[in-house]
This record gives sequence, C-alpha cells and structure tokens, in this order.
Amino acid sequence: MESVLNIGMEHYLILAGILFTIGVFGIFLNRKNVIVILMSIELMLLAVNINFITFSAYLDDLAGQVFVMFTLTVAAAEAAIGLAILVVFFRNKGSIAVEDISSMKG
Amino acid sequence: MIVQAFAFYLFAGILLTSALMVITARNPVHSVLFLILAFFNAAGLFVLLGAEFIAMILVIVYVGAVAVLFLFVVMMLDIDFANLRKGGMQYVPLGIIIGSILLFELVAIYSYWAFAPDVSQNLDMPLSSFGDLQNAEALGMVLYTDYIFAFQMSGLILFVAMVGSIVLTLRKRPNIRKQIVSSQHARKASDVLEVKKVTSGTGG
Repeated sequence: MESVLNIGMEHYLILAGILFTIGVFGIFLNRKNVIVILMSIELMLLAVNINFITFSAYLDDLAGQVFVMFTLTVAAAEAAIGLAILVVFFRNKGSIAVEDISSMKG
Repeated sequence: MIVQAFAFYLFAGILLTSALMVITARNPVHSVLFLILAFFNAAGLFVLLGAEFIAMILVIVYVGAVAVLFLFVVMMLDIDFANLRKGGMQYVPLGIIIGSILLFELVAIYSYWAFAPDVSQNLDMPLSSFGDLQNAEALGMVLYTDYIFAFQMSGLILFVAMVGSIVLTLRKRPNIRKQIVSSQHARKASDVLEVKKVTSGTGG
C-alpha cells in the first residue's frame, strides 16, 4: 500500500514504458494508415519526454528539461515534414496506403 | 501525499486510455482528438514533476500546432479510411508479441532501477545552483548561455522544416491567373498607351 500511494520515480518510468509500448503496438495495428503511424510516433516521443522530465526531477538536474525542448523541436519538424510528404503523396496517388509507397523502389 | 498520488493516477490513467484510443479509434479525427487529450494529461504529469515551463510548451506546441496540423490534414484529404483498415489485422499477433516483450523488458529494468551512489557529483545543471529561481527563469538562464549552440541548431531545424514543407506542397497550377508584381512594375506607359489626335467633327 505504501508503494502504491508514495509516487516515486518507478511509477513515472513504468508509465513511460507502457506509453512507448502503446506507440510501438499502434504501428503494427495501423500498418496501412500513415496518419495514425505518425500519431504513434508522437506518442513514443511523448514517452521519451516523460522519461527525460522524470530523470530531471529526481536527479535535481535541469539538463533533462533543456533536452525535452530540443526533442519537442525535432518532433514538431518531423510532423510538419511527414504531413507535407503525405499531402503530396495523396495528390499524386489518391491514397495513403503504405503499400503504394513502395512504388518508389523502381 | 494522497493528493499527489490521486493526481498521478488520474493523469496517468487518462493518458494511457486516450493513447489506446488513439491507435484503436476507427475514425482518425477521433484519434487526433484523443491525441490532444493525451498531451493535456502529459502536461499535467509534467506539472506534478515540477517542470511547469515544459508543460506549458507541450500544450502550446503540441495541442496548438502539431495536433491542429494533424486535424487539418485528416480533414483536408478525402481518404477512404474503411478501406485502409481492411486486412490490417494480420500483424496484430506479431505486434502483441513484440509489444509484450518490450513492455516486460522496460518494466523489469525500471523496477530494479537505482542511481549510482555518487551520481550527484556528475550533474550537469544541478537545480541547487539556481537558488530560488522559478523553473522558466532557470531554463532561460542555461538555454541562452550553455546551450546556445544547440538552441540555434534547433532554430535551423525548424527553418529547414518550414522551407521543406512549403517547397513540397507548392504546386504550379495551369489556368490560374496570379498577380505578378514585378511584371506589373516593369510595364511602361509608352508600351501600352497611345495618344491619338482626333480631328474635330470626325469623332464618334
């Protein structure tokens, strides 16, 4: 009971682990839908950010929070570029199914 | 302590539930809305951990920009989502196997995690060195001094992403009349204007 009510570092780390696993599982579950795959990647990045903040808080070190800012930047850039590629692909192909993307292999 | 535990379980429960709904929802618009809910609850967890500035940034950047971008794309593209889900279930057993292995390993590692005894000697930016500064103030103190190079690089990444997505989605459309300011400025009155002398009495 004591370890359930006394929220420690393990609680946050296991939460981030479960969230990361949900993100990985989402890629398998929605193998055809690129938009949901991108959202799963965002969930995995969120799990990484929770880990960064947890270690920063329990180590009393600010560097973790600084790195979360950079992770956020990269995640935002990735989402913008990914969705732009998706829009162009949909314009040319009329669908966003992942199987059709392999036609770039030549 | 009870309040903290209650808040943690509330935020964590809603976060995990909405994350599950993101990947299982049939309608991608619902997925995006659940993603927004997940980010709000993660921001609540960050406040619990004492990272207020990052929590606010998460709400502004993710909910205000990234999730709305997803929403735009989902609603803008006319996609047959029912067709996309067809036959996608064949990878679920593999996903469950890999996911459970990953989850087992992560939980096993985190359950037995312990800091090294003298880890406090190796801190890069110990919070005690900031005195009683607020979280946002302390972040600003290091972000623009010690991390200025990384900060500028992240600005460059955002700039490249912006230029890249504009270049990718820009398209030349035929049969469209656009204003070309330079050719408007280059136009001379002598090219297009002609003054004719009209003798009186012969004009219309």
